[in-house]
Amino acid sequence: MNFVALKMLFGDRAKYLMLLAGLTFSTMLIVQQGSIFWGLMTWSQSGITNINAPVWVTDPNINQVEEIKPLADTAVNVVRSVPGVEWAVPLYKGVQRARLRDGNYEQIALVGIDSSTLIGRPHTIIEGRIEDLRAPDTVAIDQLAVQRLGGPDRMHLGTTFEVNDHLVKVAAIVQAQKSFQNFPFVYTTYERALGITPQVRRKLSYVLASPVEGVSPEELARRIHEHTGLGAFTEEQFGWKTVQWILKNTGIGVNFGTTVLLGFVVGMAIAGQTFYLFTIENLRQFGALKAIGASTGMLARMILLQSFTVGLIGYGLGIGLATLFGLTTARGGRLPFVETWPLLVGVGVALLMICSLSSAISIRKLAKLEPAVVFRG
Amino acid sequence: MNQTGELSGQERSHWLVRARGVTKSFGEGDTKIPVLKGVDLDVASGEVLFLVGPSGSGKTTLLSVIAGILESDDGDVRVLGESIQELSASAKTNFRRDHLGFIFQQYNLLPTLTAVENAAVPLFIQGVPKVEAKARAEDILKTMGMGERLMALPPKLSGGEQQRVAIARALVAEPQLLLCDEPTASLDGETGHRIVEQLCGVGKHPDRAVIIVTHDSRIFEFGDRVVHMEDGRVGQIRQGQGDFI
Repeated sequence: MNFVALKMLFGDRAKYLMLLAGLTFSTMLIVQQGSIFWGLMTWSQSGITNINAPVWVTDPNINQVEEIKPLADTAVNVVRSVPGVEWAVPLYKGVQRARLRDGNYEQIALVGIDSSTLIGRPHTIIEGRIEDLRAPDTVAIDQLAVQRLGGPDRMHLGTTFEVNDHLVKVAAIVQAQKSFQNFPFVYTTYERALGITPQVRRKLSYVLASPVEGVSPEELARRIHEHTGLGAFTEEQFGWKTVQWILKNTGIGVNFGTTVLLGFVVGMAIAGQTFYLFTIENLRQFGALKAIGASTGMLARMILLQSFTVGLIGYGLGIGLATLFGLTTARGGRLPFVETWPLLVGVGVALLMICSLSSAISIRKLAKLEPAVVFRG
Repeated sequence: MNQTGELSGQERSHWLVRARGVTKSFGEGDTKIPVLKGVDLDVASGEVLFLVGPSGSGKTTLLSVIAGILESDDGDVRVLGESIQELSASAKTNFRRDHLGFIFQQYNLLPTLTAVENAAVPLFIQGVPKVEAKARAEDILKTMGMGERLMALPPKLSGGEQQRVAIARALVAEPQLLLCDEPTASLDGETGHRIVEQLCGVGKHPDRAVIIVTHDSRIFEFGDRVVHMEDGRVGQIRQGQGDFI
């Protein structure tokens, strides 16, 4: 009867298209909003993921990576003294002001990395050499900085500009994940960053550390916290701490959650109503099938097959449209858009629920249907 | 045969349907309406029986009880030797699937299936492979003069053609008992006659029987017996072309 079920589904073109449109829209909305949400969460952790260090040592009361609470300069050596530390280096991070040649100002995220090891440097170098940061007054900038600070014609290797009235020269162009605040990244050495930035009592933003072989990052983070009283987190722990803070304090989670819920409800409403209408309009035919000898279980399987078939097609179309949106609108990192497999699995489960619940309404009707209905003229 | 519709003597050994003291009411308490008030009826194999009577006399209800679609309140209904009321719901469904054929006044064809697919539905339900089911349905439709309309959808068929598809659907699984509810009600006289002739041809088969509920007195001549129901009871009976007794 699978064949009969599918012909009933595809034969009623208007209802099939309405069902498909509802489920496609629902899938697209959930995937699109979910991907933008996760893109934002990825951006929020970029301050951590761009640095690529196993363990972050912070002020004990820190909430998230952009909330910088400077440490005493001695923290680096204190961390180095903890058993199990292979290396520990300082990191400066702060928002500063860059002055362009045309006199305009632009805010930048200045990152000062250890000059001897260059730990904390970005993963990908597009142009130039990151080692050239050791030369006087040099910086490395990311692609966003190229755009924001004048475009590729004016901002290239060798270009000079001012950061807090200090003249710096571009020695490398790097690729970095955008930040939640959307400031361009400018990298330099830790010592030069201290020289460029205004004088304050403490400037050490973080200490980056790595465990010796045989000690896990989690274990090292625990030891550093116990020995020093400082906050210490693995890269993953710090990332989640940041995400949790954002969800708790910005309302982003509620906003996106509401839209995703809306997608679910709209999908549910359209699919449920259309399926129910489909069942009601075919009630006599279903009654005839029951009279002829189709069991309720067989009719239920037919309804489920119809529901899951249109659900699967809607799922594919919805994901396709959302991906197309991501490829066009969010190209080049203009919009945060990260489509992950857990999201697609989650949407698949949500759609499965929509289809199951919609079918359940119809199946309930069919289960109660007296086949005697067919004998009424 | 006696006046309650029972078969007697040698006839009794061939019965396909035997109903005794069947009662059925609808509603509860003060609104309870008795529709069948102790019906006795036998239908022999090879017999075409017309069940006639005014609206509300209980014809369709009796047909539904015989089919196991409605549960009787009291009495005993045996179809092909099975006590219908003693079967479980799923056993009744399987019994209908394997032994009964139905023709409805409104045809109840699936509008998105072609004529041949509609006719093959009982075989699909039985799990017969699609190709074989369609071949068998096609054969039956061809014998009914529908060879040119096999791929037509029901909305494109005339009333007579739709009813022929419905008959093919009822016959394709070779049921032993065919139950028809007003099969000519929506048809013109000539088409109705042709349809009933075809149904009666089926009923003449020695292992089968046909029960036709109808108001259409023009087709009585085709039946072996005409059982007249009134007020929930079997009343007059006419054997062949004779008078009601």
